[in-house]
Order: sequence, then C-alpha cells, then structure tokens
Amino acid sequence: MSEPHEIVFDNVSKFYGDVLGVNRVSLSIPPGITSLVGPNGSGKTTLMNLMTGLLRPTRGSIRVLGVAPDNPEELFRQLGYCTQFDSFPKGFTGYQFVYSFLRLYGSTHAEADQFAWRAIERVNLVEAAHRKIAGYSKGMRQRIKLAQATCHGPAVLVLDEPLNGLDPLVRAEVIALLRSLAEEGMHIIISSHILHEVDMISDQVILLSAGYVVAEGKIRGVRDEIQEQPMQILVRSNAPSALAAKVFEQDSVVEAKIHNDGRGLLIKTKDPDKFYRLLNRIALNGIAVESVIPADDDVNSLYEYLIGSEDKPR
Amino acid sequence: MKTLWLTQVAAIVRLEIGKTFFSRRGLWVYLLACMPMVIFGGHSIVWLKRGLPCDFGHDTNVFASIFQVLDMRLTLFFGCLGIFMNLFRGEMLDRSLHFYFLSPVRREVLLVGKYLAGLLAAVTIFTTSTVVQWGLMYAHFPKSVMESYLRDGNGWRHLTAYAGVTVLGCIGYGSVFLLAGALMKNPIVPAAAVLVWESINSFAPAVLQKFSVIYYLKSLCPIEAPPDVGPVFSMLLVNADPVAPAVAVPGMLLFTMLVLVVAAMRVRKMEIHYGTD
Repeated sequence: MSEPHEIVFDNVSKFYGDVLGVNRVSLSIPPGITSLVGPNGSGKTTLMNLMTGLLRPTRGSIRVLGVAPDNPEELFRQLGYCTQFDSFPKGFTGYQFVYSFLRLYGSTHAEADQFAWRAIERVNLVEAAHRKIAGYSKGMRQRIKLAQATCHGPAVLVLDEPLNGLDPLVRAEVIALLRSLAEEGMHIIISSHILHEVDMISDQVILLSAGYVVAEGKIRGVRDEIQEQPMQILVRSNAPSALAAKVFEQDSVVEAKIHNDGRGLLIKTKDPDKFYRLLNRIALNGIAVESVIPADDDVNSLYEYLIGSEDKPR
Repeated sequence: MKTLWLTQVAAIVRLEIGKTFFSRRGLWVYLLACMPMVIFGGHSIVWLKRGLPCDFGHDTNVFASIFQVLDMRLTLFFGCLGIFMNLFRGEMLDRSLHFYFLSPVRREVLLVGKYLAGLLAAVTIFTTSTVVQWGLMYAHFPKSVMESYLRDGNGWRHLTAYAGVTVLGCIGYGSVFLLAGALMKNPIVPAAAVLVWESINSFAPAVLQKFSVIYYLKSLCPIEAPPDVGPVFSMLLVNADPVAPAVAVPGMLLFTMLVLVVAAMRVRKMEIHYGTD
C-alpha cells in the first residue's frame, strides 16, 4: 500500500542484463535525512536512479510521495536530484545552468531569475555565478548541482555523494543546510562514503550490500537488533578497576577493558538494559560514574557488523 | 494562455539551438552544405571565363541531376544524420542527458523540443544552401535574362520547389535519424541501413516504397532528371511510380509523424547508463 507521505519501494529489483543492481528491495522512507550506506557496487546509485526514473525497475514498483517515477511532469515538481555525474551542458555559466532548467519548469523569466539567484546564494556561489562551469573547482561544481537540485523548492531531495570534493568549511555549511531543510519536513536521501558524516547528519540509515538491503531504520534501532554483537558502552569513571570488578558480577557482561587514558571502562554486554540497572546500583554504592556513552551505535559499527570491513568506506 | 508544454518546448529549443547550430561535432554539416555550392559556383566561373553560351535547358537539367544525387542523397542525408543523430546520442556521450530527464518535462515534449531545434538548424543551413546553389548555377546568366526567368518563366516555381523539397527532406530525414540516435549507440549501423534502404527503395514493392523519405522527395522535384546520366545515376534517379504533390507532402508528413511516435515510445523508456555505481 503506497503511503503518500513516504518514498515506497515495493519488492523492487533491477538487473542490468545478467548483472544484479538491486534485488527485492522493500522500503518505506519517512521524512528526514536518510543515508544510503554500502560499498561500491552495493546498489546505492541504482536505488537513487530508480527513485528518480533514470532507471526502470525490472520488477516491483516505486512511489515517491504517491507519484510514480515514470511521471516526470509531476515527480520533478516535488523532487530534486543532485547526481554523481560530474558533467554539465557545454558552455553554461553557473547562473545559466540553474536559470535554464528553471525555465523548463515553466517559470517566467522573472521567476526563474529570482529562484536561480536564491539557490545560488544558498550555496555561496554568487561571485562565481557568471563564470563558465568548465572553470569551476570540484567543490564549486558540487555546489552548483546542489543549487540546481534545490532551486524549485522540492519536497524530496536526492543527493548522490553530495559532500565529495567539498572543503571542510563548505562541507559544514552544506550539512547545516541539509539539516535545516530536513527540519522543515523535507525528505533528504543521501549516499555517502564518509561514515562519520553520515552519523552526524542522518535520522535513519539504509545499509546495502551486493544489491540487498541489509538493514534499515534509525541507527540506534538497527544497532539494538544486532543481538549477536555485544553492545559496547564506554563508562567514564575515576575508579575504572573497581568498576570492572563490580560489572563482572553480571553474566551478560562479556568483556570489560580499561580505556587507554585510564579514566574509563569499555564494556561489552549482551543485555544493555540489565547493565544500565547494575550501573545505577554501582553508582549508588559509591563508585563515581561521570558519563555513560554507547560506543558502537554508529554507522561505522553497524557497517562492520552487518557488511564487514572489506571495502569499508572512511 | 500558453499551455505548459508549449512553454517547455520553447525552453528546450532555446537550450538546444546553440548546440544544433554551433556544435563542434556538427562542423562537418556546414562543410557538406557548402560542397554543392562550390560545384555550382565553379560551373558559373568556368562558363563566364570561357564565354560559353547560356543554356537554360542544359543548366536546369544539370541542377536537377546534381540536386537529386548530391543534395538529396548525400548532403541532406548525412547533414541530417549529423544534426539529428546527436540530439539524444550526443548528450549520452556528453553525460548531460540526465538533466533533461530530471526536469518536470514529459519525454515526448522533450523529443518534440529537440526535434524542432534540430529542424530549425537543418532547415536554415540546407535551405540556404539550396537557394545559394540555385543562384550560383545561374550566376553566369545576364541579369535581365534571370529577371525574366524568375518573373515570366519557371524560375520561382523551381526555386520554391527545390527549397520545399529541402525542407521536407530535413523533416523526414530528421525524424529518421532522431529515432536512430535514440535506438542505437553506434551511428554507423543505422546510417548504413537507412542509406541502403533509400538507395534500393525504387526497386521495392509499391507499399514499401512509401516508407522512405526519398520516395516523396523525388516525386516533388520540379524537373525529372535527364536519362543520359549513366546507369548508376539513372538507378538512383529513376522514379517509377511518382506521386502527386498533394499526396507526397501529406505522405511525407504522415511518415514523419509515425517515425516520431516510435521515437517518443523509445525515449519514454530510455534509461541513463553512464556506467557508474
């Protein structure tokens, strides 16, 4: 059943001849920032291209906020896609690139001009707007693509490796921009190889491996479901040895290691809830606990547990 | 109020027009268009230099033969191939077609916009070429004779017919090569196939002849090429079953519509494969 406020993949498969792109993908993507994570060839770009109609599914169906991808005149009023392809129509300046495509939306000259400048301003390219794109740096090309994808105010933004080639300052600006757009209720689908950034910006993740969805959902929720891997928790305390002696009273604690700086204990437990209750009792009995931080409910750990360290992104 | 698709077609034509007229890939189209001009210009220069007598009958036959062999079968054919085949295929090679596919534009509208942009370029280049060729052919005639030929003779009728055939050729070949470019990555295979089909078309059954551009164009030429042009040219020029202009023009347009409908169906299913992921 298609949910009009979500992006829905219903048993979607895509084959390139005999080669598998993605297989039996069923997903419902809610608003917020969703990251597609997986090694090269895992099917991230294929999923994005299917969602935007650049590819047709071999089997199954897709609905983006209730609209089929083979209905471009409706779909692209509410969707913007910043692809990974680093190519542009020849001879265009940054402004012409954004403006010309706004005219395809049916905007008048005045509207297209206004929307183009607003989008260009948002990605900080005003000064370079009248220069030819061929002379832009990689980061500038990424930003002008982002401006083009967002210039018409879409409700869904699909970004294939949007942070590639951006310097740290611009990267932070783009992340902040994406966060603010997500807070306004926009769907943002990102693929990225940089796991700590995925971690920073994502509301939910979709982990892909060899064309299959390995896991999906909020990072914490996905981590909770991986029960065969004990949960890692860093407990900051000025008495780590005493703390270690106490935590082994519980069967579910499988490992306790004093942190490198000597001011904490890294615990591995199969039952975190039970462990947190024990920790409360320990704290009440006089061992000071400064902080408790889950150490492996991040994308990096999920990736290692579910996909493995081969071809692991940064 | 203008409907959205018309606005979009206009926007696409504006985006495409620079590419169709000034693409580096299409420079040879201009060379093709100029080639017959050189021949006709040379003819007039030689006639003037040698002081040979002006002969309308002779020159009109020569023009008809060269137009039907060189212009219709070579210049128009390969010129339209260069312009229309690249409308989709060229953007695939440049990896820029996805920008169109990611716009709220129906693929059919995109096809129409691109076709019109190609047609504008082809008609401008080749109709100009035809008119200039015609002018150069008779450039060695005295001005008063030419004025009389245009005013009282068949001058205007011939000129407009040749220009009309050129326009129709662009319309027909344009649709064929637009379809070929949407279907195939390698232009040589479809170009060779169309070329062979157009060449042997005269020998095909009457029904099949109608699925050819040259069939209609030959019927619309104002002068039948003379029979004394040798066996090879005769084979190319023969028009065993010509149709009246009242049938040829709508027939050509109907043929074009059919080809464009097939092309639209193909473009609607087109996927972007630049080879990433």
